[in-house]
Amino acid sequence: MAASMCRMERCLFVLLPFFLGVAQAVDRSNFKTCDQSSFCKRQRDIKAGQSPYRALLETMELTNSRLTLQLINDNNKVRLLLELYRLQGNMTRVKINELKPLKPRYEVPDVLIQDPPTEPLSVVAQDENGVVLSLGADEQRLIVSARPFRLDIVEGPKVLLSLNSRGLLVFEHLRLRKDTIAHKISSTVGSMWDRIRSVFSSKSQDDAEDGEGAEKTEQQAGGEQAAEGDQLKEEEELPGTWEETFKTHTDTKPNGPTSISLDFSFPGVEHVYGIPEHADTLKLKTTDGGDPYRLYNLDVFQYELHNPMALYGAVPVLLSHNTERTMGVFWLNAAETWVDISSNTAGKTVFGKMLDFVQGSSETPQTDVRWISEAGIIDVFIMLGPKPSDVFSQYASLTGTQAFPPLSALGYHQCRWNYNDQEDVRGVDQGLDDHDIPCDFIWLDIEHTDGKRYFTWDPNKFSQPKDMLQGLKDKRRNLVAIVDPHIKVDSNFKVHNEIRSRNFYVKNKDGGDYEGWCWPGNAGYPDFTNAEMRAWWASMFAYDQYEGSMENMYTWNDMNEPSVFNGPEVTMHKDALHGSWEHREVHNIYGLYVHRATAEGLIQRSGGVERPFVLTRAFFAGSQRYGAVWTGDNAAEWGHLKISLPMCLSLGLVGISFCGADVGGFFKAPSTELLVRWYQAGAYQPFFRAHAHLDTPRREPWLFGPENTALIREAVRQRYALLPFWYQQFYNAHRTGQPVMRALWVEYPEDSVTFDIEDEYLLGRDLLVHPVTEEGLKSLTAYLPGKREVWYDVHTFKKHAGGQSLYIPVTMSSIPAFQRGGSIITRKDRVRRSSACMENDPYTLYVALSPEGTAEGELYIDDGHTFSYEKNKAFIHRRLTFNDGVLSSSNLALDSQFTTASWVEKIIFLGARKPASVTLKTAGGSETRVEFEYDSALEVLSLRKPGVNAGADWTVLLR
Amino acid sequence: MLCAQLLFPLSLFLGLSATVEVQRPRGVPLSKRQFYEEGKPFTCLDGSRTVPFDRVNDDYCDCKDGSDEPGTAACPNGSFHCTNAGHRPAFIPSSRINDGICDCCDTTDEYNSGATCKNTCREMGRRERESLQKLAEITKEGFLLKQQLIEEAKRKKEEKQSKLTELQAGKRDVEEKVEALRTVKETAEQPEKEAKERHLKAWEEQKAVIRMEKDKAKMAEAFLELDDDADGYVSVAELQSHAELDPNSDGSLTEEEVQGLLGGADKVDTSSFENIWGNLKDKYVSESQAENPSSLETAPEETKEPVTDNESEPYPEDDIGVEEDDEEEEDDDDDTHEDFEDKVRSFFTAQKARDDFEESERALREIDDQVKNIEKELSFDFGPSAEFTYLYSQCYELTTSEYIYKICPFNRVSQKPKFGGSETNLGSWGSWAGPDDNKYTVMKYEHGTGCWQGPSRSTTVKLTCGKETTVTSTSEPSRCEYLMEFTTPAVCQEPLPVNVVHVDGHSDHVEL
Repeated sequence: MAASMCRMERCLFVLLPFFLGVAQAVDRSNFKTCDQSSFCKRQRDIKAGQSPYRALLETMELTNSRLTLQLINDNNKVRLLLELYRLQGNMTRVKINELKPLKPRYEVPDVLIQDPPTEPLSVVAQDENGVVLSLGADEQRLIVSARPFRLDIVEGPKVLLSLNSRGLLVFEHLRLRKDTIAHKISSTVGSMWDRIRSVFSSKSQDDAEDGEGAEKTEQQAGGEQAAEGDQLKEEEELPGTWEETFKTHTDTKPNGPTSISLDFSFPGVEHVYGIPEHADTLKLKTTDGGDPYRLYNLDVFQYELHNPMALYGAVPVLLSHNTERTMGVFWLNAAETWVDISSNTAGKTVFGKMLDFVQGSSETPQTDVRWISEAGIIDVFIMLGPKPSDVFSQYASLTGTQAFPPLSALGYHQCRWNYNDQEDVRGVDQGLDDHDIPCDFIWLDIEHTDGKRYFTWDPNKFSQPKDMLQGLKDKRRNLVAIVDPHIKVDSNFKVHNEIRSRNFYVKNKDGGDYEGWCWPGNAGYPDFTNAEMRAWWASMFAYDQYEGSMENMYTWNDMNEPSVFNGPEVTMHKDALHGSWEHREVHNIYGLYVHRATAEGLIQRSGGVERPFVLTRAFFAGSQRYGAVWTGDNAAEWGHLKISLPMCLSLGLVGISFCGADVGGFFKAPSTELLVRWYQAGAYQPFFRAHAHLDTPRREPWLFGPENTALIREAVRQRYALLPFWYQQFYNAHRTGQPVMRALWVEYPEDSVTFDIEDEYLLGRDLLVHPVTEEGLKSLTAYLPGKREVWYDVHTFKKHAGGQSLYIPVTMSSIPAFQRGGSIITRKDRVRRSSACMENDPYTLYVALSPEGTAEGELYIDDGHTFSYEKNKAFIHRRLTFNDGVLSSSNLALDSQFTTASWVEKIIFLGARKPASVTLKTAGGSETRVEFEYDSALEVLSLRKPGVNAGADWTVLLR
Repeated sequence: MLCAQLLFPLSLFLGLSATVEVQRPRGVPLSKRQFYEEGKPFTCLDGSRTVPFDRVNDDYCDCKDGSDEPGTAACPNGSFHCTNAGHRPAFIPSSRINDGICDCCDTTDEYNSGATCKNTCREMGRRERESLQKLAEITKEGFLLKQQLIEEAKRKKEEKQSKLTELQAGKRDVEEKVEALRTVKETAEQPEKEAKERHLKAWEEQKAVIRMEKDKAKMAEAFLELDDDADGYVSVAELQSHAELDPNSDGSLTEEEVQGLLGGADKVDTSSFENIWGNLKDKYVSESQAENPSSLETAPEETKEPVTDNESEPYPEDDIGVEEDDEEEEDDDDDTHEDFEDKVRSFFTAQKARDDFEESERALREIDDQVKNIEKELSFDFGPSAEFTYLYSQCYELTTSEYIYKICPFNRVSQKPKFGGSETNLGSWGSWAGPDDNKYTVMKYEHGTGCWQGPSRSTTVKLTCGKETTVTSTSEPSRCEYLMEFTTPAVCQEPLPVNVVHVDGHSDHVEL
């Protein structure tokens, strides 16, 4: 749901000023361009050149794993403190803050899962020009150059990455406002003060280093600023530094300019990825001549495709990639952020590049990236790879991995704004069964509440929620009810009264409770950055607090950017206050906190036993730890179906694996063809939920004629058959941080053909999917990577060589998908009406042989919904290998303990030779013959009913 | 559990008098029992292959059509037969066997899932029989009502038909009468018309005389005003002071221009002035007026002065019959008294003829309306036996928590907020929209009030058999697409003979 547009009849009066005339597409004028965001403009007006910063090597301090030194800006003499850390797992952390800020600057808490473990740093060489530090392995060095200040990370003779090489380190230090006394002094006494300052500042500097009081420091800082001369005066005179107005909203900016910026150069790199969320290509484009990519969580009504505008979530992580190395930059900052990307090869044609190469005149390709944030500090984690999987592990070691969802959450989700009442829910549940379409969740959007008061039920339409939930439970299905973070201001609403009385609301700049318009009308916004508030919020999900809730009811957090209909850019005023911090400083992390508090609530209500499932629209670095995200309010258009691939792939690169787009498209009504294709694509994306806007016609899967119902049923059934595979992928993502849905280059990093591919992808390493995302398509071309690989069509079992573009004719039932030769995929081919119904069902193993005749895979089983797998090691994790005609199942987790009723009903070998006989050996040593069938045309060998328990040790011998 | 069923009289079941438990694999309906012969190889029902009998229901799918696993979930396309003794037998998809959810009321689908199912067949059977019974009663009564409705409709239709015939016959008479009266009227209006024309002509003449005299007086006045030196001539200089006369309105009145105005002369006497007055009179502003500080721009003010010009006075046509008003006109009218009486008489004659004519026309229109209404009513499709006729021009309401819904069949559906607010049109009569074999069970109302960013509202009305004619529920399953449930005897089907219902209700016994 969750358009910022409500039913016009009901709330036109609220929205009129914001939304009139935006019915067709995003109203860009509601959102700032870089030019309209004063810090972005100020920063971007500063061009690359000689950096004014100098490293004061004499201030260098080196402890075992931390190096600090001061940087000075030769123009304004403000000093910064640089901290360098070598982190475990081949990472470097670079932190830059003001040496003596007037008041503390925001450092984003709660994103890192721990203080990142460090490793020793050692000085390899040092002179007056700089310092060379060893980063340990592979002759990696970190070079700190003093004048001008820059950092280079090198490996042997090769520069991997440079910081501030373009001189774009900019740090707007905190300062007193012009009309304060300090300024008056400076403007009246002028140059005399200047002279005093040079004496005074060097003295007080010494004092400061001796650790003297803050008061003095403040004086010093004030004095310095006041006397900094022309450069600073100019800065202050720039419009928008102390106050900024956008449309009708004025940002009072009591702290003045606070923005920061830093540039990164990647020699030898032409491909960079990441920094979601944008409705754009997987490979990031250069931003020269346009706006930078923007990271600022916003509720964008009817967003447009292929532009760098901000969307609902922000993960400030960028990956660089070339055939030799993959690296990552994690810019830990929660303020509004813009990212500029430029490349010296952008715009060059392939021919041009070739000419360069032939003539030997080729300059090294290079990509330059510049980060600009409005507040906070520079805190950067450089992940040095070198492989894509290393970068994922490195990032996971910092911010954690994907939450392991309950198995049911990987099933199909049936949603609509809105299912009207309990009877409607019952009817949809029945409709799914009548048409034999599996489903695990039915969803309720905002209309289920009593007047948009979350945690309540509409007394007429949902008067007996427990009856409804019990009805679903009887079908082994679940429900999701929405809980948004805006709370109706209503003195008869318990939740509001509690939040108000506990003083948990975000405050406006004047200290009163911040109020804005959202679905319920006037609403308050709980301060989720406050841990006490989050604990209270979590307690609201207790069964005795949340009336009508049951254990098969889960939660959806929408509008948590936060969305404020009458706020600037449809969000919260930046001068609103979260305790002592401005909203400006915490904006992008607000949604993560909402998600987190809700997920914790669901865990707590079960006494820590059950895994939560919470969907969020806004997100930040680390959100993967709390559940699923979706790509927000998309539209029923082919372009939106197509963009769902790169959007989820980008999220996968930065740790968020549980991603999906509204199947069918949220706004507008899809054509039947589009709906069917979207189901087919969605069935192979991690989060699989159909959703629709209130104003669209009903589109439950059986409303488009028997033929289309059958097509949709088949797509959903394919999803369910693969649930064991999905579950294992998520277990893997949870354990290792590797994405579930992967861009091809992630697995084929040396194959440059894959670098731009975004219309197909891999699930794990073994399943390649190229969904049909174009209207009326009769054929498509899929790239099968890996010159030494083979791929098997999962529907026909036909074998295809890797390293080629394969022409595939398609019909309305086609969902092109290929299993990699050398892999074993486990399925449950007995598809039932929900995942829970399939719990004890037997497995079929699909053993796809590599050209060498080998294969391997894994099987993971647990109870599907509790934390027992973690707390009690109650799970089964098997390794399946096929080698020299022997398929064996061995235990990957010897200390785990779990029993399953599931067994192996069938084993299908793809690309196999016909054996003379097949024997099954079980742990007890007994040997039995296994019957088999062989299709010589397709080289498919099917073993009939080995019958072994899925958790047991066994081997099958083909002779 | 079988005993209870055995108590039922079995004589009803043709050829099955020896009702014993027939041995057959789990999930196989009796009708297919003969394909599953214990101990003999089983051939898939599609004939695709033959497998040993121990592979039937061995929890592994051997047949493409799923027929070897009627009692397990092994085949993706299989189906399971539940006997449901006490209720109605059913097939369920194999995937619902042992899935932990009780699908068959006799619990036979959950034989190995640990689900605790209760046999509810007898209860369900009883309830169904009860409701069937009730339905049968309703249907029976409803069907009787329907017959009445059909009769009534027939009678009504005949009435309407004869009324129509009657009206059409009457219409011819009235039409003739109208024509006759039209002639009378036109004849009667002739003298009146002539009188009127005469009167009009005299009025025009009189107006012209008055106009001329006024103009002359104005001219004389102007001459006197202009002739500042009272020498009996208006000279160029004298005229030049009247800037408003500037022919090209450029703000200056030159000598040449004045000369032009004077017809090329330097000065004019009263008689020549008469000739040039035509050039001046439209613009000329009397000096007494010109003294007013505002000059040409204030022209609108002038129009505020009482207009003495008769030209704007309306011709008092409508007053022609009003004697008092006629007095004013007597001065220009040499009507004798007889003339006047004559005129009045002709007026009254004409008026009477007009009234008569109009009345007859009105009568004709009324007949036309009646004819049209009846024809419209007759044109509606009131069902195969016109059983829906009685709904025409009726309205039915249902009040929900928020709204009052109203349906006026064959007309429109509307919704009105319960606590004030205006009515919303949810659609006007469109068509019968049931399935092809049962068209008269669904009504479609379309083109209601438009929705924001969406289509216009429409309503589907589902008709079910009931003794009462009433709206039983309304909903809005999709935005602006309403669904209304409506009961009426008109859709009640002829009840099946009682003994057939009885057998139906117990047909489960066939499966013993």
